[in-house]
Amino acid sequence: MQVLETDIAIIGGGGAGLRAAIAAAEADPACRITLLSKVYPMRSHTVAAEGGAAAVTLAQDSMQGHFEDTVTGGDWLADQDVVEYFVQHAYEELVNLERWGCPWSRREDGSIQVRRFGGMKTERTWFAADKTGFHILHTLFQTSFKYPNIQRLDEFFVLDLLVHEQQIVGVLAIQLNTGELYQIHAKSVILATGGAGRVFHHNTNGGIVTGDGMALAYRHGVALRDMEFVQYHPTGLPGSGILITEACRGEGGILLNRDGYRYLQDYGLGPQTPLGKPENKCMELGPRDKLSQAFWHEQQQGRTGDCQGHAVVYLDLRHLGERHLQQRLPFICELAKAYVNVDPAKALIPIRPAVHYTMGGILTDAQCQTSIAGLFAVGECASVGLHGANRLGSNSLSELLVFGHVAGKQAASFAKTAKAAARTEVDQYCQQQQQQLQAKLGVKSADSIAAIRHEMTLAMEQGCGIYRDTAGMQQCLATLAHLQQRYQQVFVSDHSKVFNTELIQHYELGFGLDVANAMVSSALARQESRGAHQRIDEGMQQRNDERFLQHSLAQLTEQGAASIRYQPVRITQSKPAVRRYGAEPSQQEQR
Amino acid sequence: MQKTLVIQRYNPEQDHKPHPQHFTVPCDDSTSVLDALLYIQQQLDPTLAFRWSCRMAICGSCGVMVNGIPKLGCKTFLRDYKDDITVEALAHFATEKDLISDMSVFLTHLQAVKPYLINHDTRPQPHQQTPKQLAKYAKFSNCINCGLCYSACPQFGLNPAFLGPAALTLAQRYNLDSRDQGKAQRMPQLNGKNGVWGCTFVGFCSDVCPKQLDPAAAVNQGKVASAADFVIGIFKP
Repeated sequence: MQVLETDIAIIGGGGAGLRAAIAAAEADPACRITLLSKVYPMRSHTVAAEGGAAAVTLAQDSMQGHFEDTVTGGDWLADQDVVEYFVQHAYEELVNLERWGCPWSRREDGSIQVRRFGGMKTERTWFAADKTGFHILHTLFQTSFKYPNIQRLDEFFVLDLLVHEQQIVGVLAIQLNTGELYQIHAKSVILATGGAGRVFHHNTNGGIVTGDGMALAYRHGVALRDMEFVQYHPTGLPGSGILITEACRGEGGILLNRDGYRYLQDYGLGPQTPLGKPENKCMELGPRDKLSQAFWHEQQQGRTGDCQGHAVVYLDLRHLGERHLQQRLPFICELAKAYVNVDPAKALIPIRPAVHYTMGGILTDAQCQTSIAGLFAVGECASVGLHGANRLGSNSLSELLVFGHVAGKQAASFAKTAKAAARTEVDQYCQQQQQQLQAKLGVKSADSIAAIRHEMTLAMEQGCGIYRDTAGMQQCLATLAHLQQRYQQVFVSDHSKVFNTELIQHYELGFGLDVANAMVSSALARQESRGAHQRIDEGMQQRNDERFLQHSLAQLTEQGAASIRYQPVRITQSKPAVRRYGAEPSQQEQR
Repeated sequence: MQKTLVIQRYNPEQDHKPHPQHFTVPCDDSTSVLDALLYIQQQLDPTLAFRWSCRMAICGSCGVMVNGIPKLGCKTFLRDYKDDITVEALAHFATEKDLISDMSVFLTHLQAVKPYLINHDTRPQPHQQTPKQLAKYAKFSNCINCGLCYSACPQFGLNPAFLGPAALTLAQRYNLDSRDQGKAQRMPQLNGKNGVWGCTFVGFCSDVCPKQLDPAAAVNQGKVASAADFVIGIFKP
């Protein structure tokens, strides 16, 4: 077993991890930063974000406006002090990216172009065509080369955190191309491992989005917060789940059911806006939770179409014209052509909701610090308190910049004061982990990692989807418990050391099962409907602020179950009210 | 429908050299090479090793040789092949295992060209950049680092020290950016023997680029810049 010493270990090389690395490198040029990623950083799933990143930009916009949209969009479950900090710092972070070379789309005069996005009352979404995440990731990755104190360990997979007396002392990782184990001793550790969308069957996420960091922290006693809030993106391709950006609707795209009817007007988002004249917060520019829920109702009513056995509705972009599409949505044109054989300038794109984002995650304070001293978490794996019960599109790319910066700075300052690890106990623990790894190797059996994973994703889709009820979730929990038993019995048949991808998948499945359990347990305990968590049980179909204006905290018990408790939401200025979209009477009066 | 994939297997802990293995996979019109590999790994042989993630042609992980041509597995469809389909690790890189190539030399080359904005202006406002200025380099900024162009490049095959199409394109991307002042720092790399002049303009890199960003054009624009740099160097006092 190799041993490496560093000051800060960052787990994950996506947007949040890279931003944190740069922030730490700038905060303290003497600080040694080790960036571990299970893939080359530019493969991280930030790469697939399409639409854009939000910040108050135009003269008519205000911090108050972005704050209100975020809090309302999150159905009042966001921590409002965190939202305040976020909206105040988003712009400077997007400017940082600009100054590092991000090819933001521009207006004729050379200033930054902003586009409409769902749930936002004005245009404030910066974009780089329809590959914003790709450009942010590559800009950050390439910029990170400038800092000699950032050392990368590409294709290293973290097996465990090393914790001593409630303080982080490092991580245990495996180098994929040698199978060699590495103890990496660090004074601060930042988890930036992304979401867990792959625990669901139909999702927009890459294969690497398996909830690793969430499970690592959870197993060490850190609470996972608000895990019941899983975002379905309303427009994924049927079958694959490939993401078709919300920017399509920001640019004026409309959604049609099988009868060619703009059904969103029936779900509190109307009246219908004229073709080619999208209005903020109306119809197709409503928030993601509402749009995905509308799809569910249309499906129940038999008004969805069929695409190779999948229920679908249709995204119509034809009226935008080929030139505009090529300029603003070139990647969407490429994806539609390659994966559903549709030219969006000429035909409708079949789409359906797909799991996209985990609003919840590792509980942190506003400085990204977890309950373990020196352990930080940031980005989709974390719950800093920004998104509440439903994230607005284009807030997450800004989040990973704003809070990546915070996490990097905090980790650097913590590393300065932390003491070195107690070697012997860490050594012993790592030896045990190595034995556990060896114990996973065995003979091929009838059961397989792939089979268990497949059943987990179907159970989650079935029991913990867009609409949920008690019986369905109980069934889902029972299935997960059964799968957990099977998981304990299934071995890795590949005994090779070099790129043993079966072994890595075994670990990832273990992480996924824990995260899935926390999600369903949190969902079952929340006996109300709020944001992305919708119950169809009697008496739970409405928001219940009296009982549930609270964050859920899932804690792993010794029996492997999740125990759920609650924590107050921090409210500074916006009292819970009715979420209004479209031109509801009260808004119409104001106009 | 069913098709046969012939996969070049290689496990350095057991094999002296790669050997073919046949797998039959079910497929329809939408099945990609990546889907087929995932089917094999999940249903037939969990030891098959390959890289993948986004399955939407943006992360750049799943480059492989399909019937001898570098392709992204996720954007190559079985429907386009009549007979058996041969899948191998990317050419011109060392193979680590099965379909996994050693990409470290590629990463080294990318880093060598200083692919970041070099600009000493520290005002906290965004630069102005018109759509026209953006268009000058925008195409070259779309490289997904999949490495297919290196597998297509005969020069890189002969000389792994050649910076290669993607790295030279990336250098050109920053040199053409109106916000950048770092061209002088990048030119020594580009002018060197492993820079733009290593390219013999075969152009296969542009044929295989899954994002159609024409690395051959970038490299040859780089030659013009390099020549101009040389001429200016002669006349400079």
